[in-house]
Amino acid sequence: MKFDSPATTNPIDRLKVVGQPFSRIDGPLKTTGTAPYAYERHDVAPNQAYGYVVGAAIGKGRIAGIDLGKAKAAPGVLAIVTAENAGKLGKGRLNTAKLLGGPEIQHYHQAIAVVVADTFEQARAAAALIRVDYAREQGAFDLASLTDKAKPNPITSGPGDTAVGDFAAAFAAAPVRLDARYSTPDEAHAMMEPHATIAAWQGDKLTLWTSNQMIAWNAAEMATILDVPKENVRLDSPFVGGGFGGKLFPRADALLAALGARAAKRPVKVALQRPLMFNNTTHRPATIQRIRIGATADGKITAIGHESWSGDLVGGKADGAVAQTRLLYAGAHRMTATRLATLDLPEGNAMRAPGEATGMMALEIAMDEMAEKLGMDPVQFRILNDTQVDPEKPERPFSQRQLVECLRNGAERFGWNRRNPQPGRVRDGRWLVGMGAAAAFRNNLLTKSAARVRLDGSGIVTVETDMTDIGTGSYTIIAQTAAEMMGVPLERVKVRLGDSAFPVSAGSGGQWGGNNSTAGVYAACVKLREAIAQKLGFNSTEAEFAEGEVRAGNRRVPLTQAAGEAGIAAEDGIEYGDLAKKYQQSTFGAHFVEVGVDAATAEIRVRRMLAVCAAGRILNPKTARSQVIGAMTMGVGAALMEELVVDKRAGFFVNHDLAGYEVPVHADIPHQEMFFLDETDPMSSPMKAKGVAELGICGVAAAVANAVYNATGVRVRDYPITLDKLLERMPDVG
Amino acid sequence: MKSFSYERARTPAEAAASALRRPDAKFIAGGTNLLDLMKLEIETPAHLVDVNGLALDKIEATPEGGLRIGALLRNTDLAADARVRRDYAVLSRALLAGASGQLRNKATTAGNLLQRTRCPYFYDTNQPCNKRRPGSGCGAIGGFSRQHAVIGASEACIATHPSDMAVAMRALDATVEAVRPDGTQRTIPIADFHRLPGDTPHIETTLQPGELITAVTLPKPVGGAHVYRKVRDRASYAFALVSVAAIVQRDGTGRVALGGVAHKPWRVEAADAELPRGARAVAAQLLANARPTKDNAFKLALAERTIGAALSEAKG
Ligand SMILES: Cc1cc2nc3c(=O)[nH]c(=O)nc-3n(C[C@H](O)[C@H](O)[C@H](O)COP(=O)(O)OP(=O)(O)OC[C@H]3O[C@@H](n4cnc5c(N)ncnc54)[C@H](O)[C@@H]3O)c2cc1C
Ligand code: SF4
Repeated sequence: MKFDSPATTNPIDRLKVVGQPFSRIDGPLKTTGTAPYAYERHDVAPNQAYGYVVGAAIGKGRIAGIDLGKAKAAPGVLAIVTAENAGKLGKGRLNTAKLLGGPEIQHYHQAIAVVVADTFEQARAAAALIRVDYAREQGAFDLASLTDKAKPNPITSGPGDTAVGDFAAAFAAAPVRLDARYSTPDEAHAMMEPHATIAAWQGDKLTLWTSNQMIAWNAAEMATILDVPKENVRLDSPFVGGGFGGKLFPRADALLAALGARAAKRPVKVALQRPLMFNNTTHRPATIQRIRIGATADGKITAIGHESWSGDLVGGKADGAVAQTRLLYAGAHRMTATRLATLDLPEGNAMRAPGEATGMMALEIAMDEMAEKLGMDPVQFRILNDTQVDPEKPERPFSQRQLVECLRNGAERFGWNRRNPQPGRVRDGRWLVGMGAAAAFRNNLLTKSAARVRLDGSGIVTVETDMTDIGTGSYTIIAQTAAEMMGVPLERVKVRLGDSAFPVSAGSGGQWGGNNSTAGVYAACVKLREAIAQKLGFNSTEAEFAEGEVRAGNRRVPLTQAAGEAGIAAEDGIEYGDLAKKYQQSTFGAHFVEVGVDAATAEIRVRRMLAVCAAGRILNPKTARSQVIGAMTMGVGAALMEELVVDKRAGFFVNHDLAGYEVPVHADIPHQEMFFLDETDPMSSPMKAKGVAELGICGVAAAVANAVYNATGVRVRDYPITLDKLLERMPDVG
Repeated sequence: MKSFSYERARTPAEAAASALRRPDAKFIAGGTNLLDLMKLEIETPAHLVDVNGLALDKIEATPEGGLRIGALLRNTDLAADARVRRDYAVLSRALLAGASGQLRNKATTAGNLLQRTRCPYFYDTNQPCNKRRPGSGCGAIGGFSRQHAVIGASEACIATHPSDMAVAMRALDATVEAVRPDGTQRTIPIADFHRLPGDTPHIETTLQPGELITAVTLPKPVGGAHVYRKVRDRASYAFALVSVAAIVQRDGTGRVALGGVAHKPWRVEAADAELPRGARAVAAQLLANARPTKDNAFKLALAERTIGAALSEAKG
């Protein structure tokens, strides 16, 4: 189905099932520990052996010699695979660094060997017996020292640099100006379920039971790397214990399980050991950002500029931190610029709203600073500079844009008018208390997505698509979509996901999964409805599917009967025309945060959080809310604690376990409130929905930062905002 | 993990003798620290002597009016003991500020005292570390040292001792009881129990080879207001950047010990004497001759301010 004109009324608009707050249909499997995650799929292949991954001990250089002798002779060892004996491996298109390194080492903990043994303990013990001689080379590990050498680079959503009007002149002429630098650190996905795969070969056919967000990409990628025909690789990933962008691409677990299984002639399972998770895999790259804003004395932005520097391995990507600045606020004269430095740290890549997440961390502090310079309320300042069109291309309106409504609604609910604009003035016992706000913004992405739907003689509707559920609720909203379309209750729908044998979906990433995958299911259901109507001799445009029946005029046929013994199936997908070119499609929100800062120790504790979001039709308010409050939690992590610390001598992330890389615990997260504004977006898809989840993280960290400033009067521009950055400028406590 | 043999000791003296007899032997109590280190091959004992069955998990009154805490008593039970909560509240609070409920259910008195540093270079066997591999150098010096010691460190090692419990015990003037491999007993004041790193950061306590901790005794209660303030980057489940154990009497006198600043719980008698004069004076004594790194210089101000906060809390 081609979606190339705005959606009109369709069966989804009945909202009998879609839009209702159903609990996740996969919930009971998870709460009872029976959802099969990759590493625990003991039943899929007999006689599984265990692989243990060895990571490189240097940041850059070469393996001068590797001695496997002792390890090979260790008890239980079946095979050891290294680059030397792995055979020729192809280069995939999704990863920058090789998944199996050697002799060249591109980054710390790059996999250099997998030891396969009968038990996990044997594999681990043998791995420790491998002796490697390295020839170290000087690497580049310090982004801050390389900004001068950084080169222009595009970002995922478009060009790296843009310019409209005459930024330099307008900025110079502006009566009120801000020119500030911000930095965000490298961050880790740190998901609970590590990368894990079980691999089994049958002749030259490979099956990978794995944990992955993008099934079709990765089946193709593995085929390329292993140099086997694409159709010979099957991926199955029905449950994913968190991905956050870290599982968009295949990682070493999948390749090494496949190579290990080939060498050991047995199915092999590999989970990346937790200490490898931080340097072996991808991470969100650090940024340095410069923001300049010029405005008239009454607060109208006349010039806005955003530059960002990040680093990656040769051939890698730049962080898209400038993306939102092209779209969020008005201003006639504008520029954005992206520079990429070559670094020898592990590969930077997508993580939780890549681009906007880091960009909003800086931009939304800058807006707070600018409002203060103007003597304006920061919420009012944002409202004043709203735009209903793409400011770089004013002929493109936003399909829907309720930023102002989110800000107003949120301010009202939060009691923003109680905020004292003078920082450092509100005290509650030992706590200095402050409030901060930020806008939320994330683009809505359209990408084609297909599904197969089958109605059987007992009235059960089964949906199959390679869409993944990475904890987001895909199972549930897909079931709701099919139930609504076919006029059956939710319990009558079965959803099967994550198998590369199913039609290719949008997959999960970039908050594109929900809208696109359900639109694909919608398309398949439309086709199934037509097939059923045709079979019954109904006019398909008149046929109504409701309460387990097909109705037209005064004829009513139960679906069970319509399906017949053999059942009836249809497959289709959604594809998009150029509506996204004509209309800018984005999602909006507003974050409000109250923090307390201990007057003595400068410990920061978030006391209240509120988000108001406008993100198209909300397919399931319960799962959507859960996504947003999770994102808000991650935003608190980014604001206050998450940082991969670089050892600039040896070239690696030092705090590479969950003791050293801190993420929020329950005690860090207060009561969270979140509301969705009513919205349907007919430009986005027949579902009239948009992305939701990643919107929730964009802006949170800045709202926290602004609240800390309001509480203390100390402006911190380098994340994370840890107490040591406040301490010197805290009030004297005697 | 290296292969190891395993035995269950029947008496404390037998455990100690066994540990001395077998090369590279280690006692195992809760295992919450030792097993993690073994999996990473930071510790590679060839033999484990399991001391869990030694019936050292009691807590009893001493004739001097204090308490004798068994070496194998779980941290949860110690923190919850009514006598501890009443008379040694600083100890309860320190314990509950540490680790998580699950870990405290396993962790023991002796194991907690002997837990090893959380220096990230110690944990990464690719990196130099004099504590893990004597003579290999110190990765933390010149590297990431935010968590590390600001005082009492050496050119060889700047690690901290991570225990919360030990800081409270230091403030309480506890005594460690041990049994030697020959079956004789001795006591070690907690002040002398942990060592500074010097040239031998791998030797962390004054226990002799084979020696087994059997108990920790607390002298009779000293009264006063008991405060434990632990400052960290998140609200729970993190090691201290700085912690303060303070016992303050009505007249403003008392004792104070710091965690997170040195290779051992840090207490200076001269600093106690400054308590009536306030945090600045106390910190000046406690941290005289401090030599922080660029990353952790903030701990000096933080320690002073946290002492201040603890003193106001004690005043109520
Ligand atoms: C995730 C995590 C977070 C933590 N957070 C904190 C925290 O915030 N604060 C804190 O203070 N601690 C924290 N801990 C550490 C925890 O307190 C220790 O792991 C625990 O106290 C160790 O006790 P155990 O009985 O398990 O020791 P084990 O691991 O069994 O042993 C530790 C050491 O003591 C030796 N040993 C044990 N018993 C004896 C004995 N009777 N005589 C002589 N030697 C003996 C062992 O040989 C070994 O070397 C944390 C631990 C983890 C894993
Ligand atoms: S500080 Fe001590 S424990 Fe850490 S690397 Fe240096 S020697 Fe090892």
